[in-house]
Amino acid sequence: MSDIVAVEEIKERNKQLIGEVLEAYPEKFGKRRAKHLGTFEESKGECGIKSNIKSIPGVMTIRGCAYAGSKGVVWGPIKDMVHISHGPVGCGQYSWAARRNYYVGTTGVDSFVTMQFTSDFQEKDIVFGGDKKLSKIIDEIEELFPLNKGVSIQSECPIGLIGDDIEAVSKAKSKEYGKTIVPVRCEGFRGVSQSLGHHIANDAIRDWVFDKKHDRPARFESTPYDVAIIGDYNIGGDAWSSRILLEEMGLRVIAQWSGDGTLAELEATPKAKLNILHCYRSMNYISRHMEEKYGTPWVEYNFFGPSKIAGSLREIASHFDDTIKEGAERVIARYQALTDATIAKYRPRLEGKKVMLFVGGLRPRHVIGAYEDLGMEVVGTGYEFGHNDDYQRTTHYIKDGTLIYDDVTSYEFEKFVEKVQPDLVGSGIKEKYIFQKMGVPFRQMHSWDYSGPYHGYDGFAIFARDMDMAINAPVWRMTKTPW
Amino acid sequence: MSQNAEKVIDHFELFRGPEYTEMLANKKCMFEDPVLPEELTRVTEWTKSMEYREKNFAREALTINPAKACQPLGAVFAALGFEATLPFVHGSQGCVAYYRSHFSRHFKEPTSAVSSSMTEDAAVFGGLNNLIDGMANAFSLYKPKMIAVSTTCMAEVIGDDLNAYIKNAKEKGSVPQDFDVPFAHTPAFVGSHVTGYDNALKGIIEHFWNGKAATTPRLERKANSKLNFIGGFDGYTVGNMREIKRLFDLMGVEYTILGDNSDVWDTPSDGEFRMYDGGTRLEDAANAIHAQATISMQEFCTVKTLDLIEASGQEVIAFNHPIGVEGTDRFLMEVSRLTGKPIPDAIAKERGRLVDAIADSNAHIHGKKFALYGDPDLTLGLAAFLLELGAEPTHILSTNGDKDWEQKVQALLASSPFGKNCHAYSGKDLWHMRSLLFTEPVDFLIGNTYGKFLERDTKTPLIRVGFPIFDRHHHHRYPVWGYQGGLNVLVTILDKIFDHMDATTNDVSKNDYSFDIIR
Repeated sequence: MSDIVAVEEIKERNKQLIGEVLEAYPEKFGKRRAKHLGTFEESKGECGIKSNIKSIPGVMTIRGCAYAGSKGVVWGPIKDMVHISHGPVGCGQYSWAARRNYYVGTTGVDSFVTMQFTSDFQEKDIVFGGDKKLSKIIDEIEELFPLNKGVSIQSECPIGLIGDDIEAVSKAKSKEYGKTIVPVRCEGFRGVSQSLGHHIANDAIRDWVFDKKHDRPARFESTPYDVAIIGDYNIGGDAWSSRILLEEMGLRVIAQWSGDGTLAELEATPKAKLNILHCYRSMNYISRHMEEKYGTPWVEYNFFGPSKIAGSLREIASHFDDTIKEGAERVIARYQALTDATIAKYRPRLEGKKVMLFVGGLRPRHVIGAYEDLGMEVVGTGYEFGHNDDYQRTTHYIKDGTLIYDDVTSYEFEKFVEKVQPDLVGSGIKEKYIFQKMGVPFRQMHSWDYSGPYHGYDGFAIFARDMDMAINAPVWRMTKTPW
Repeated sequence: MSQNAEKVIDHFELFRGPEYTEMLANKKCMFEDPVLPEELTRVTEWTKSMEYREKNFAREALTINPAKACQPLGAVFAALGFEATLPFVHGSQGCVAYYRSHFSRHFKEPTSAVSSSMTEDAAVFGGLNNLIDGMANAFSLYKPKMIAVSTTCMAEVIGDDLNAYIKNAKEKGSVPQDFDVPFAHTPAFVGSHVTGYDNALKGIIEHFWNGKAATTPRLERKANSKLNFIGGFDGYTVGNMREIKRLFDLMGVEYTILGDNSDVWDTPSDGEFRMYDGGTRLEDAANAIHAQATISMQEFCTVKTLDLIEASGQEVIAFNHPIGVEGTDRFLMEVSRLTGKPIPDAIAKERGRLVDAIADSNAHIHGKKFALYGDPDLTLGLAAFLLELGAEPTHILSTNGDKDWEQKVQALLASSPFGKNCHAYSGKDLWHMRSLLFTEPVDFLIGNTYGKFLERDTKTPLIRVGFPIFDRHHHHRYPVWGYQGGLNVLVTILDKIFDHMDATTNDVSKNDYSFDIIR
C-alpha cells in the first residue's frame, strides 16, 4: 500500500471517528465540539480547528483556570517572593508544590516556592471584604519572613466578585515596606482556561515589576552576550539543562523566567540582548512588551531532542557574532557522542511506535521532534489551552493526517485512543490511570512523571530512557488473563 | 559531562555534577541578588527560636501550609461512593481539575467529576445555563445513574440556587424528571473538606429519604435489623471499607455502606477503563432509612448527616476514626450490641494477634514522643492508639479541628498517664507545627505527605499516615481500621523507628556498635 493511500485511509478513519464521538453529544454541543476536532491537511497547511473558546459545561474538560495559569505557572516559581493564594484554602492547597519547579534556596527563609501561603477566606471575609485581612497578611509576612524580596497576590474567584481593592492594598504596603508587591487579577472564572492567567500574570509583571521598579540598578555589567530564558519553569530542572548549553556556547544567561527565578532577574531582564522564548503560549506577551518598550528582540526555540536542539542553538546563535556561532557548533559537536549513543541504545526499541499527545503550553508540538529522533511517530495531538497561533506553529511539526483535538474531553480522548491504538499516550495526571487501565503505556508530559529534566542534551537521554521504560515495561504483557 | 547513555542519570544525580553546581553557584552570585550567607544563617536560626514561635503563634490573618482542603473536595469524595454517580461541581472549571488531580495523586487512580465551567458571563448573569447545559452533556456522554451536584466558591458568592436550578434543568429536559440529582451547597469559605463530605452525603441521603425532590412520596421508615455504616472522608477508604465488610460478614451483620469508594478507586488494569465501579446502590441508599441504626466512623465528618439520620428515628453512633485495640473493641461491641450478633472467635483471635504484636514490639515505642496532625477524627484515633502503645503524644494539631475537637483531645489525653505532657492545637497550621518541633522537639512526627517539609527542616522522622499521601504508593489499599488495620499502623510506625535506628547507628567505628541485627 502506498503512503498516499495509507494517509487517505487515516484521514477517512479520523473523519469517521470524529463523527462517532460527536454523536454522543446533544446536538447543539456536538456542533460546538465539531469545531475543535479535525485532521491536519498538509495541502491546506492548517489544523482546521478552532481554539481558545469556552469549554462546554459538564464534559470533563482537562483544562484548569486563570489562577492555575498565574500562580501555578508564571508566578509560583519565582523563588524569593511570597505568593499569597488569596481567597479560600483549596486553590493553594491543590497546587501546593505540585508542579516540580525546581529551585535552590532555603525554603521558608529566603525561598518560598514549595510553601502554601493563603488568606484562607472565611464567610466573614466574603461578607465584609478581605482587604484588611490582606493588609495584615502582608505585615505578618514581613514579620515572619523578613528576607522575602516581594509579595504577589494571586486572586482566587471570590476576590473579583466581592469588589476587593487589592491594588490599593498593594500600593500602600509597597510604599510602607519599600518592596515589590504585585496584585494579580487571576480569578479562576476569568477567561476560558489557564491561558488568560498567563496573560494577566505577564501584564502584572509589566505593570508592577518593570514599571514600578524601586530604582535598583542591575548588579552586573552588561555584555554583548546577555540573554534571558523566557518561559521555562524548570520542571525537574529543565531550565538548568538548557542554561548549561547556552553558557557553553558563550552566552550569558542573566535571567530565568520563571523556574528558579528571582525578582532581581525579572528586573534585570530588559538588559538582555535577546530574549529566548521556550513556552510561547505563556510568555509571548511579556516578550512582545519588552521588544516594544526596550527594543529587546526575542526568538522562539525548542530544546526537546537533538534535531530541534541543534536547530535552535544555530537559530539563537544567528543573532550574535561568529564567536557565538562557533560556540553553537562546538556545543553540538560536544554532545554528538551522547546523542549518538542514546539513539543507538533506544531507537531500536522504539522505532515505529505511535504516540498520542494532549498537553498544555508548547509541548503538543515541541516534543514531536524528540519522538521522531527516536524513530517514533506522533499520530494525534492537541492543546489544553492553545490559541490559533499555537496550532499554526504545530503545522510545522506534524505529518499529514495527524488527528487534532483541541480542549479534548475525557470522553473523546478515551474513544480516540481506543480506536487509534497508539503505543504511548503522553498527557497529564488526570488521564494517566485511565489509559494505563486500558493497557496503554503512558507518560505524564506536564510533570515528566516525576522524572526529568527533558530539555537539552542531558534531558534527551532521560526522555529516551523514560519512553522506553513506559512502552517496553513487562507489565503490559500481563493485562489480559492467560486463560 | 556527567550524562551517559549507558547509565542515564536524572534530576537526582545530574545536577550534583561539578558543571551544574558551578553553573548554579555562578547564577546565584551574579544574578539573584542573594541574601548574604551570614544573614541567611542568622535568620534561619532565628526561625527555630522561642521568640519566633511566639511571633508565629501571634498570627491572626496569614495561614501557612494548612492541613486542610476545601468543601467541594469532600463533596466529590462523598458522591463517588455511590453507584455510577457522577460528581458535578457547579462553578469555575479549574476547581474540578484540581480535585481530580488531588485524588489521582493520592489513590493513583482516575477520578471522574465534571464542572459547569462558569466564566465571566456566568459571574454576571448566574450559572443557570451552565448547569442546564452541563447536566445535559454529562448525562449524554457519561451515562451516570445519578448526578450529585455541589458548588465552588464562585457559585456560592454569586448566590446560585441549586434547588431551583436543578428543577429548571429537569424542566428543560437536561435529565429525565425522575433522574436522581441530589445536591449540596459546599462553600469553600466555610469549614473544610470534611464539612463538604458531610454536606454532600446529607444531600444524597435527604434526596432519597425525603421524596427525591418532591418527585416521589417521602419514605416511611419501617425499622428493620440492618445497620448503616459511614466511613467519612478517609484516605484509606479502599482498604478500610473492605476490612469493615469482612468484619461485618464474619459477624453475620446485615449492613448498608453509605458511601463506598473502595471499588471506584481500585479498579483493575485489565484493558478496560471502568469510569464507575462498585459504590452504594441507589436503592440501598433509599432503603437505608429502615435500618435500626447508623454507625459513623468519623464524627466530625458526619455532624449534619447524623442529625438527619437521627431525626428519621434511628439510633446513631459516632466514632473518631478508631485505630488500635480499644477503639476497635468499642466499635465491634457497639455493632454486637445493636445487632445482637456475638463477636466470633475468629475476630477475637485477630484481636489477640494485634495484642501479641504490641507486646512484642512496644518496647521500641514506649516513652517515645510523637507529634501528629491531620483531620479531626484521624488525629483522635491515632492519639488513642499511641497511648495504647505507651507512646507520649506531645503535639496534636488539626487545622480543621475546632474547640470541640480540642476538648475531646484533652479529655482523651487526660484518660492516660502517657498523655499528660501533650497539647492539642485546633485551627493551627504546619508552620505552627514547625515552631513546635523546633522549640519542643519530639522523636517522631505522624502526618501526610506535606509533613516531609517538616521532616527536612526539623529532622523529625515522618511516619506517613493521613491524606494526602502523594510520595509513597499503595498504603491506601491497606486498612487502618479493625485489628488488622491496627497491625498495619503498628508496623508502619515500627518500620520508621527501626529505619531511623539503623540510619543513626551506621557511622563506622563511631556508633555502629549499636548497628544490631536483632532488634
